[in-house]
Amino acid sequence: MGNEANTVSPRKLTNKERMKILRHPMPEQNPLERAKNFLEVPLGYTPEMAMEEAERCLQCKIPKCVEGCPVNVKIPEFLFHTAMGNFELAAQKLKETNALPAVCGRVCPQEEQCEVVCTIGAKVEPVAIGRVERFIADWERASGKITIPEIPPPTGRSIAVIGAGPAGLTVAGDLAKLGHSVTIFEALHKPGGVLVYGIPEFRLPKKIVEAEVNYLERLGVQIRCDFVVGMTQTVDELMTEGRFDAVFIGTGAGLPYFLGVPGENLNGVYSANEFLTRVNLMKGYHFPDTADTPIPMAKHVAVIGGGNTAMDAARTARRLPWTEKVYIVYRRSQVEMPARKEEIHHGEQEGVEFLLLTNPTRFIGKDGWLVGMECQRMELGEPDASGRRKPIPIAGSEFVLDVESAIVATGNGSNPLINKTTPGLQSNKHGNIVADQDGKTSREGVWAGGDIVIGAATVIKAMGAGKKAAKSIHEFLMNSMP
Amino acid sequence: MFRILEKNDLAAKVYRYVIAAPDVARKAKAGQFVILRLYDEGERIPITLADWDAVAGTITLYVQAIGKTTIMLSMMKVGDALLDVVGPLGIPSHVERGKVLVALGGGFGIAAIHPIVRAHKLVGNRTISIIGARTRELMLMEKEMQVISDEVRIATDDGSYGTKGFVTTVLKKMLEEKERMDVVLAIGPVVMMKAVADLTRPYCVETLVSLNPIMMDGTGMCGACRVVVNDKMQFACVDGPEFNAHHVDFELLMARQKMYSPQEKLSMEIFEKVCHTQEQRETAAW
Repeated sequence: MGNEANTVSPRKLTNKERMKILRHPMPEQNPLERAKNFLEVPLGYTPEMAMEEAERCLQCKIPKCVEGCPVNVKIPEFLFHTAMGNFELAAQKLKETNALPAVCGRVCPQEEQCEVVCTIGAKVEPVAIGRVERFIADWERASGKITIPEIPPPTGRSIAVIGAGPAGLTVAGDLAKLGHSVTIFEALHKPGGVLVYGIPEFRLPKKIVEAEVNYLERLGVQIRCDFVVGMTQTVDELMTEGRFDAVFIGTGAGLPYFLGVPGENLNGVYSANEFLTRVNLMKGYHFPDTADTPIPMAKHVAVIGGGNTAMDAARTARRLPWTEKVYIVYRRSQVEMPARKEEIHHGEQEGVEFLLLTNPTRFIGKDGWLVGMECQRMELGEPDASGRRKPIPIAGSEFVLDVESAIVATGNGSNPLINKTTPGLQSNKHGNIVADQDGKTSREGVWAGGDIVIGAATVIKAMGAGKKAAKSIHEFLMNSMP
Repeated sequence: MFRILEKNDLAAKVYRYVIAAPDVARKAKAGQFVILRLYDEGERIPITLADWDAVAGTITLYVQAIGKTTIMLSMMKVGDALLDVVGPLGIPSHVERGKVLVALGGGFGIAAIHPIVRAHKLVGNRTISIIGARTRELMLMEKEMQVISDEVRIATDDGSYGTKGFVTTVLKKMLEEKERMDVVLAIGPVVMMKAVADLTRPYCVETLVSLNPIMMDGTGMCGACRVVVNDKMQFACVDGPEFNAHHVDFELLMARQKMYSPQEKLSMEIFEKVCHTQEQRETAAW
């Protein structure tokens, strides 16, 4: 495939001609079919599609897309190599700044990062940067031509990274490439963080996460699972007994918020974290055949919330064979939904019903089990602190939604385990660790980044924070240490 | 890999395991627990630490073989290894000097009170352990409890050993006779812990229980183990597992423990269908 592509000679196109090429839609599994399986929804570009899509790039002198990317992927360069059919070179370019391109090509909100500032976007649809990124990363993995960059001789410095999620994996990769000795400590039994417990298989196949983690291991990164920092060892113990020269904390936003309405502890009410972890990490959709972790078996499911996690939960529930109806219950309108448009669209296609301007007020139980959810209709008032129009309840609009399962996906706080066990580590009133632009915390030699610092956000933002922290840690290790 | 170094078949499907887990053993404190997983796609189950040896790098667990995972564990042999053991988890038991402790253990709950009673003994507290079983042959850890208790009192349902009745029968008498007790600790089935809470409440004796809700990650991430204590939602894995018994909503805990009963039943039925006999099970599993 790669060799054939290499024989294609580059076309000389004018900017006008480039802009006449239409943005390639992503081939996808048929919605009715995919609502019954856990296979990935988008099927990926063919080499021809990727090359043609890459040709749409004008190769701007001052590329705004690179600025728009939290990890500053050299987008015009990797697109250039792609257009030329040099997929191997394209992959190398991508990996210069992004350790997890196959993940980012799938879960990044490109429409608000690189693609939103794409020059041609002013007149036509922007270049589908994410889809080409995904193609290149997948091509590299399938070709087996994964190149390991030359690693400088060991520096003799060691770093402990806490949490094997997007932030931690990025820090680990960047520092290992510089010749440092890196060990990741992960609380769960598999590395990946939200990539393995949160994001579903049909949006991010776990074998892709495994491959990206495997790449880090080939860079020399050590990964220790089943290790809860704060319990198995504290940050201070890692630094003194473990003799780590620096520590990076990337423990994410893993403390589920509940609604605080009556009946929330009834059987059948779950946090999105619990539901998604049971299905994704524990492979609950194989229960009872090969997997032992049970998952809820409800016919009617309500998912409360309007973010990406809510969409993931709803689309996951939709795929379980016993589920007949899945509702998204969100208190504002679709315009205010924080989820990606693509995810909302996919959910709609798969038959998820959206109950907008609707807010749960009470869970109704029978013998300890959920049988219904009382909701209230809302209308939008003036903008609130978040800049979005504030939902106001409409008096007397209560109704009961018949559901046996409700999944609360209204956000996550930060897990307090590390803050509690690390004296002198400053955190704010939300429990987020206080860190500067480079990720430096109030403790010498300790950095933090990702959701644990900024609150629940996106994979790529965590990776961006990891990149900055890695740079700062490297400077510290090379300059300020004897 | 977490290798099984010792295994003893005790009574009523209860097994004692000594497992190599040096990181856990080094940090373990009384009242804490571990989460283990046997094989890929297996479930994560929380087990309270009964003992540990920081020098040898081992932990001791008592597990009753009642569900698919615990039965699979009971079929493992010395030398086999568990896929995952993570811990120690949970807030350690609070041990204060100068107290008289009365600790009640029902069935394999005795294993869970063992390290806490020892911690009290080590700071010089007077310790009275009340341990129970259905009948004499099924009594667990009597010798171990003798070593760390100033007094061991025994109850059996059929009266074949010690007082006839439950551990609460013994406690009730002690309360009525106004024996000194500053802290009561009860670990066992929820009905037993609730009965102890109801007994001590009128006497205003500080009473602690270690709660055992359904748990998954054990680090506060999923909220499956939420319990209500003093009208407040708490996560047993990180806020507990020990709580003030007088403020625990036991009814809720009992209801939530049944959350996956139908699925657990299904899982067992399939497991039993596949492996009719013990022998078949052993070959099928390993």
